Amino acid sequence: MKIIMTVKEFSEKLSLKILTEGDLSRQITGCYCGDLLSWVMSRAREGDVWLTVMGNVNSVAVAVLSDCACIVLTENSPLDEAAKEKALQQGITFLSSDRNAYELSVEISKLI
Amino acid sequence: MEESIRLHYTVPGDDFTRAGAASGNVKRTLKELGVSPAVIRNVSIAMYEGEINMVIHANGGEIDVEITENEIIMTLRDQGPGIENVELAMKEGFSTAPDNIRTLGFGAGMGLPNIKKYTDEFSIDTKVGVGTTLNMKVKIQ
Repeated sequence: MKIIMTVKEFSEKLSLKILTEGDLSRQITGCYCGDLLSWVMSRAREGDVWLTVMGNVNSVAVAVLSDCACIVLTENSPLDEAAKEKALQQGITFLSSDRNAYELSVEISKLI
Repeated sequence: MEESIRLHYTVPGDDFTRAGAASGNVKRTLKELGVSPAVIRNVSIAMYEGEINMVIHANGGEIDVEITENEIIMTLRDQGPGIENVELAMKEGFSTAPDNIRTLGFGAGMGLPNIKKYTDEFSIDTKVGVGTTLNMKVKIQ
């Protein structure tokens, strides 16, 4: 597995806001975009950055089960309170951006 | 592992904040036991889909997990409405989830197909008006 960069470096390079801080030293090895949770769960890979608009508790569970490195909420989509609490409990990093999934993906492809 | 490990969980109905607690716990247990990541992933996904189905459709239910040296056996029982047409429910994209569930990111019609995909054995016992039991088995080797 090719090691790319940490979640912290990634958030700095793309100027992403940190909403919840999990393990920022986690290494990012890929990227997946999607909002249908069952779809994401079965296709995202361990170490992926997951781009989505879903900021609810179920996203936290999916990130835990699929071992994503972090979640990026695109287009300033909101993170609800219950999800924030659960993310902190489970050590999941939520990042936020005003850009959409396509714009971010283009940027990410230049990095990894 | 000489003796099998048995775990039991109660899944509360209509509470998405707690859905995923059982599968998360099983995932941690398997990790501690040194089970391979691929097997853990299969078990976690299958179980989480089952848990979510219980929350969405059946007002919760009960889960029993047995971990033996060679396999992980999961039994998910609910007293929900039952499945009218199992063949249809197994089709990717078919869903009876209401719209409010879709806005949460579910209802893609991938639940039962995902369970089938990630388990080695899967069967459904269901009776309309009585409930549904999902029997899943994931082999360790």
